[in-house]
Amino acid sequence: MSLFTEETLRVPAVEPGVFTKARKILFGRAETVFATVIIVVFVLVALLAPWLAPYDPLAQSIIKINRLPSQDNWLGTDQFGRDVLSRLIYGSRNSLLFGFISPVLAALFGTILGVIAGYFGGIADRLISRLIDLLLAFPELLLAILIAAVLGGGFWNIIAVITVAFIPGFARVARAQTLSIKQEPYVEAAIAVGVRTPVIIIRHVIPNIMAPIVALMTLWVASAIRIEASLSFLGIGTRAPNPSWGNIIRDGLNSLFGSPWPIIGAGIAITLVVLSFNLVGDAIRDALDPSTAR
Amino acid sequence: MARYILLRMADAIPTLWLVLTLVFIAMRILPGDPALAALGDAALPEQLAEFRERMGLNVPLWQQYLNFLGGVLTLDFGRSLLSNTPVVTLIAQNLPYTIELTVAAMLMGIIAGIPLGVLAGTNRNRIPDTGVRVFSLIGYAIPDFFLGAVLLITFSLNLGWFPINGAGTDLASRIHHVFLPALTLAFVKAAFLGRLTRTSLLEVLGRDYVRTARAKGARESRVIYRHALRNALLPISTGLGLSLLSTLSGSVAIELVFNRPGIGRLLIDAIAQRDYAVIQGGVLVFAGFVVLINLLMDLVYVVVDPRVRVK
Repeated sequence: MSLFTEETLRVPAVEPGVFTKARKILFGRAETVFATVIIVVFVLVALLAPWLAPYDPLAQSIIKINRLPSQDNWLGTDQFGRDVLSRLIYGSRNSLLFGFISPVLAALFGTILGVIAGYFGGIADRLISRLIDLLLAFPELLLAILIAAVLGGGFWNIIAVITVAFIPGFARVARAQTLSIKQEPYVEAAIAVGVRTPVIIIRHVIPNIMAPIVALMTLWVASAIRIEASLSFLGIGTRAPNPSWGNIIRDGLNSLFGSPWPIIGAGIAITLVVLSFNLVGDAIRDALDPSTAR
Repeated sequence: MARYILLRMADAIPTLWLVLTLVFIAMRILPGDPALAALGDAALPEQLAEFRERMGLNVPLWQQYLNFLGGVLTLDFGRSLLSNTPVVTLIAQNLPYTIELTVAAMLMGIIAGIPLGVLAGTNRNRIPDTGVRVFSLIGYAIPDFFLGAVLLITFSLNLGWFPINGAGTDLASRIHHVFLPALTLAFVKAAFLGRLTRTSLLEVLGRDYVRTARAKGARESRVIYRHALRNALLPISTGLGLSLLSTLSGSVAIELVFNRPGIGRLLIDAIAQRDYAVIQGGVLVFAGFVVLINLLMDLVYVVVDPRVRVK
């Protein structure tokens, strides 16, 4: 009954503000609340790494190699005597940085390609579509491994690799959306009135295709973190001695008979962060596109 | 149907050509000088010149391109910089192990995943469904190489049930060696296939023919397996293809974790040693597999769903 009155009170439907919407998405379900809290904690850890880390993540010590967890080193030390907890804390910076930068860049380039293909059609569309179809046939991780095989590791290369691996997905969505927006009366009207093409694209097309792009972006933060971890694990991502969750596991495996804690710590960190971003990404997708909701 | 299959196979040829061209462009043009990349900044000019000649990089680009295409067509990928072994030989030595791992992982994933999905779908919003959902959320999030490392430490290192490296020789030891790596990859597969089976089963369970079957008094197991699951197979078969592709990409890290021979291992070692010809060969094998699997997916689609043939 109270639900009914609440509904009737709201009748002159006011579009809820951005913050109300965000709050509803992030705190709507119990599992999303958990995920949001985990993400906030990890972002804080990454930001405050210099103050939180008990030791320098690169400082080696020959007298305390492969130590198990103790009062001094909560997660023990690795085969170079470096503090595992400090490396995990600093490693979060790499993971989150790649997690955020690559999807944003990929969204930018993918949207440009997709809008060009969708809006102009013709040869440009045929070329771009064929390329997108081809690249979409590859799983993102495999595509990233193959590009990294050619480019090599290092900070900017990893960003480039993950970005390129994600571009086709964004381009496909942007193209499909542009094709349907182009049919809308307001775009046809703008064309008829003689508005210049770049203005139509920036003022009318782009704002109207952003929702699915943003949803995709949040879903791919998790993938970007996973891919960075995989590349670093394979030795073609973040280069030693800089810590990244992927190469901490790699180092841990290289000294199998040492302490298992680097592997366990980094593995749990990756799993928690990826799980959280997946949950939040799903919630955002469901909110923006109700047709896919469970 | 034969016509459709032929058309679809013919369509794979330009795709393959495009893949080859992209690999060629990526290998020659993107990273700057491959000779410098392979030998390092300290290389002498004579060494660089010798390398270029050996790799066929001293001729004009268009001629390199034709040589490259010709090489691929005749299965000549050049020789390894380090061992001077033909790259084809290296690939032939390593490929069976990767295929073995992928097939074993797929089988285990299917055997676990589809019944899990049926269990979740037929118990919607009850405990088994929630259990499968939690399992699949974790399966999506956990990195396969971490799971592999945990299994390796627990079952091989501490309990000694499985070997810690290699791939074995006779059949029994090969199965023994492939079990843990395949299980690792299968875990992720099962999560994905379970979720997919649940979704497509739920969609089908609401249909009229399921209701009719129930009304006729068919046993529930018959309704599920003969009527519902069979119609849910179409999305599942696409899912299997995607799953096969991701198993292939996952095998790279898993071969490294379990210290197994394989194409992924070959590629990663070649990258570490800057073995230009082997990198190119490895990239081509993976790319070729992707094209092949996509083609197979389309063909399976025709067999499973007769409606596709009409188009």
